[in-house]
Amino acid sequence: MMCLKNYLCLPVALLAALFAGACGSVDIDDEDLDAVDGTEAPAVVTRVDPATAATVNGKVFFEGDLPRARRLAMDAEPACAGLHTEPVYSEVVVPNDNKTLRHVFVYVKEGLEGMKFETPTEPAVLDQKGCIYLPHMMGVQVNQPVRILNSDPTTHNVHPTPRNNREWNESMAPNVPPKMKKFPREEVMIPVKCNVHPWMKSYIGVLPHPFFSVTDGDGSFEITGLPPGEYTIGIWHEFLKEGVTTHKVTLAASESKSVDFTLKQAS
Amino acid sequence: MNHSLPTSIGSAGSYHYFAVITACFTFLLIVAGALVTGNEAGLSVPDWPLSYGSLNPPWEGNIRYEHGHRLVAAFVGLLTIALAVWVWKKEPRRPVRKLGWIALGVVVAQGILGGVTVLWYLPAPISVLHACLAQTFFCLVVSLAWLSSSAWAQRVRDRSPGLPLNRLAMAAAGAIYLQLLLGAIFRHTQSGILPHLLGALLVTLLAGWLMARVFRSPRASSVLTGAATLLGVLLALQLLLGLASWLLRLATADAVQPQFPVVAVTTAHVAVGALILAASVILALQSWRVRSEEGRAESRTPATPVNP
Ligand code: HEM
Repeated sequence: MMCLKNYLCLPVALLAALFAGACGSVDIDDEDLDAVDGTEAPAVVTRVDPATAATVNGKVFFEGDLPRARRLAMDAEPACAGLHTEPVYSEVVVPNDNKTLRHVFVYVKEGLEGMKFETPTEPAVLDQKGCIYLPHMMGVQVNQPVRILNSDPTTHNVHPTPRNNREWNESMAPNVPPKMKKFPREEVMIPVKCNVHPWMKSYIGVLPHPFFSVTDGDGSFEITGLPPGEYTIGIWHEFLKEGVTTHKVTLAASESKSVDFTLKQAS
Repeated sequence: MNHSLPTSIGSAGSYHYFAVITACFTFLLIVAGALVTGNEAGLSVPDWPLSYGSLNPPWEGNIRYEHGHRLVAAFVGLLTIALAVWVWKKEPRRPVRKLGWIALGVVVAQGILGGVTVLWYLPAPISVLHACLAQTFFCLVVSLAWLSSSAWAQRVRDRSPGLPLNRLAMAAAGAIYLQLLLGAIFRHTQSGILPHLLGALLVTLLAGWLMARVFRSPRASSVLTGAATLLGVLLALQLLLGLASWLLRLATADAVQPQFPVVAVTTAHVAVGALILAASVILALQSWRVRSEEGRAESRTPATPVNP
């Protein structure tokens, strides 16, 4: 009998140890995000006079070597591979011919504190097409509607993994009506991924103002309609984190200034 | 004439093969689970307990891994219900009967944990717990299979001088379990590998010592030497797989999607980890058996009369 009791010790002890170890915390933020948003913002909406509105523009360059372009392996998914005749490459690091980078988020980081801007009612659109996200990167305003489409003949799931907003994960079969979503808190950036097709990733920058831009096929950005003032312009790239990533600019009424940034691989 | 009839296990032998089948499917389930992690498929099915509101979701992309894992898990759940009932009906040893119910409880908890993992978006502590509870469940089913086997019923004649083998075997099994935990923490939290490497060192030392003890014992049964050999071979393989996993992870650090060689090698690493644990649990159970036989033998030996 002693023997039987003893050999039970092993699994029972393992179980006990496991449950003891498991009592760690699971950090789920259950705050009412909408309520938080409503109490923090000033009530009066800032109107920018178009006659004095200023502009900041420029390019984002890269320095040094970049990782080689990665071809997306969709072969295992005929429903995705069949949508392309050409090889599809990852959009993580996309250099342009003029040594600039595509898909860099550029935004006013500081200088607009205390101002409130109207929330657009026009939705931003995020499409799933060819088993990639279109666009790869975009900015929206806090609480601006985001319209999510599935233009593919295959099932996706849409899964943003924010740190400051609430996480969600929802499926989208082909031909379903678009999903309307919004993000009630500022966050640069929210990764969005599809767990069905793990190469699919996109980023959404959520700001309490409309002053942001994403670099294009020649590395350019432009932020218009700014009230005159002193600003810190910041940039964010998914992979390249080092280099010149912020600039301070002072903009007079109707002024247009150019600032360039340079990113490089972490050494 | 065979002297090793399963007399001491009574009618328990009747469920032995069923327990073995359940253990095999559990092993398959662990492999399926490792494939889910490796392919980053954990959240490809956003709902639970149904998948895309159905029992038969679109069989596409990563949904194949996640839903496949759920199907094998449901099957193992059914096998475990049957096993627990069978053990309860046929098992004469009360503690073993309890083990059947514990296994059932763990498989239910594991299913719920799997659901929580999905509904809470894969928080690392839950994933680690789910990975470890899987190994715990595997130990329980392997124990049930072993305790109902004719090998368990054999009279054992091992004699192991020095430190009792059962303590060492328990320590080795405990260290291996700890190592699986450290592996899971490393994998799910992307923390440093050092604890897992130290764990590997500890496991290698303890398992090596245990094997040396078994092989040095001239009268160790074939069961003990067999389990010890298995442990040694699997451990060597596991160290190689671990090293390969690590090198492949480093080589593919900037990959934009799961890479087949990494998935294959890390899945094998998890699978062999489960087998090592099973081998160590069998060794631990068997050495308890040796000890208790010895105890019984000693208590049967009349005390030597002391001559005045
Ligand atoms: C005693 C031997 C070992 C055992 C039992 C063991 C067990 C495990 C287990 C069970 C996991 C995965 C846990 C999970 O996903 O839930 C794991 C992960 C891992 N182990 Fe080990 N391990 C051992 C030795 C080693 C060694 C020596 C190395 C490296 C040199 C290593 C490298 C790794 C790596 C890189 C991973 C993560 C795999 C991934 O990225 O998916 N292991 N180990």
